[in-house]
Amino acid sequence: MTSSMQTRFGRPELYTSYSQDMALLNTTGKKVFVGVTLVFALAMTFSVDDDVLQLLATGCALAIGAIGLNIVTGYAGQVSLGHAFFVAIGAYTAAVLSGDPDGRVLGFAITEVPIWLLAAGALSALAGALVAPLAVRLRGLYLAIVTLGLVFIGQYVFREWTEMAGPPDIGRPAPVATLFGTRIDVDGPSLTRVQQLYLLMLVLLVIFALLARNLARSRTGRGLAAIRDRDIAAAVIGVNLTRYKVIAFAVSSFYAGVAGALLYVIPQTFTAGNFNLLMSVQFIAMILIGGVATISGSIMGALFITLLPRIAAQLPAVLPFISTSATGGITVVQVEAILYGLLIIGFLLFEPKGLFGIWIRVRNYWKAWPFSY
Amino acid sequence: MTELVQCLMRGLGDGSVYALLAFGFVIIYKSMGVISFAQPALMLAGAVLVTYLVTTVNFYLAVVLAAAAVALLAMGVERTVLRPMIGKPVFVISIITLGVDIVIRVVVNAYIGLDVRPVGAPWGLSTTHLLGIEVQQRHLIMFLTTMVLVAILFAFFRYSRMGLAMRAVAFDQEVALAQGVSVGLVFMLSWAIAGALATIAGVFVSTGAGVDQQLWIIALKALPVIILGGLDSLGGAVIAGLVIGVVESLVATYGADIAPWLGGEFALVTPYLVMMAVLLVRPYGLFGTREVIRI
Repeated sequence: MTSSMQTRFGRPELYTSYSQDMALLNTTGKKVFVGVTLVFALAMTFSVDDDVLQLLATGCALAIGAIGLNIVTGYAGQVSLGHAFFVAIGAYTAAVLSGDPDGRVLGFAITEVPIWLLAAGALSALAGALVAPLAVRLRGLYLAIVTLGLVFIGQYVFREWTEMAGPPDIGRPAPVATLFGTRIDVDGPSLTRVQQLYLLMLVLLVIFALLARNLARSRTGRGLAAIRDRDIAAAVIGVNLTRYKVIAFAVSSFYAGVAGALLYVIPQTFTAGNFNLLMSVQFIAMILIGGVATISGSIMGALFITLLPRIAAQLPAVLPFISTSATGGITVVQVEAILYGLLIIGFLLFEPKGLFGIWIRVRNYWKAWPFSY
Repeated sequence: MTELVQCLMRGLGDGSVYALLAFGFVIIYKSMGVISFAQPALMLAGAVLVTYLVTTVNFYLAVVLAAAAVALLAMGVERTVLRPMIGKPVFVISIITLGVDIVIRVVVNAYIGLDVRPVGAPWGLSTTHLLGIEVQQRHLIMFLTTMVLVAILFAFFRYSRMGLAMRAVAFDQEVALAQGVSVGLVFMLSWAIAGALATIAGVFVSTGAGVDQQLWIIALKALPVIILGGLDSLGGAVIAGLVIGVVESLVATYGADIAPWLGGEFALVTPYLVMMAVLLVRPYGLFGTREVIRI
């Protein structure tokens, strides 16, 4: 009793047990900050326009995917350029399960969100577990290129399989979302469809972020980190490499599948061309810009990359030499693409820990203020 | 028989493009241990530069000038963006090259516009007779040029002082440094060679259809090639490049007759399938060195 009083009031960061140190929100600062962020995120539902909210919702869905990539690449150190392939499997599973049975493309009319979401995750996870044995045999850049191959093969399959994926240039309708019998992807009595879907994706992001955070601080998470840091040494101290790599790929692909299932609910349609190399690179950029092997970093990175086009669109007002028209001069699209590349280079050169690292530096500065130097 | 020979010749022609690109990848990999994802952008930059130069100077001079310019560009990229990253994890450096690729490609795309720019190769699509069978001149020229370039480079690595330095760096950077080899210079030179080879590959690719914004995708086919040949094997890159080219051409020609259910463009994914199949048996490619790891 005394000791807990002491830790609460006297010495806030004195930990007297391991479990205290490993707790999810182990400092008051974290508790306050997470609380404020959540309230802020909820308040966004009612305070911003639907087009910005749509971006934020997409950001939440992408953040789930980014957390997935961070599990396999950040925590377990297995470089995967094939994330778009697993996202595609999730997207198509969800779309096929919830699709219109009488439509142009395959559909089974199972529209409940939890069912198609879990199915999308599960099928992606299965694909991930099937790919994992490759990761057991291959190392480093060999693995990166092989997973890149998955993206090309997947794209080809989805382009050719038109009964399922629709014509390559038109695509197929996205998943239909019902929650407990009510359609949530149409305007409801009190909320617009974008608001409803934003709330859904926000809640799912919180759930999946929490799950990933818990995985990372469990026995499995420590095993994955050991593989990343030195796989032979990990094997020597008893980490089963095959098993843990399969777990890493399966969990990561589960997240990717869930992200894929959610990603196109708002735009309502998607094509095989969406799941290209660029998508994989975007996910890599998210975790590198956000912060490798951090959950909050994945979320920050995903939101940052999603909002980047919006930020780039504001630039012509500030920098007059950027033209808003599609031809002549430097266009917004070009600026966006260049920013993208420069951000990847810049972050890796100057802040390898990403946005998370910047946040840590800012935090440490104020922690010791006014004696920070 | 005629169809088969034409198909093989086309395969060798395309394959030599892959071989040139893969050669560049492997040279960079051997010196720095990094896969440079900037190669597609360098290839595109080289091809576009040729389309501009060819309006004022002779085609061959244009290719040489463009290769030199792209080599300079590649050296600049290495010096400014990659040199500060020495000692960082190779994956991180590879991702930086991905960023470089995006930046260069956006700038180059602005010079392509929406049209297809002709590269102005004198041989174009004209054909010639080889053992009584009509083949496209360009495939023959691509194959022969590649073989000559590869032979020159092998001789350079084998006999020149700088080539020896490059081999030393590939073997062990620190030991090479201790022997007085300028490792930085080797890095720059390997990027320069890769850039020049990428330019020539870019010109070869665009002799048929010209340069458009999608050209860079072809350079990605060099990735399965380097994995198939083994990341650190120069000979492997050439052989795997030709193999992938021929297999792709065979599948494109005969695939539709043998297995129509695979779809019309199955040849596009064969490089990746061949790569995966080989890797299941040989995890370090056909000629790659097995990595020895200690705790």
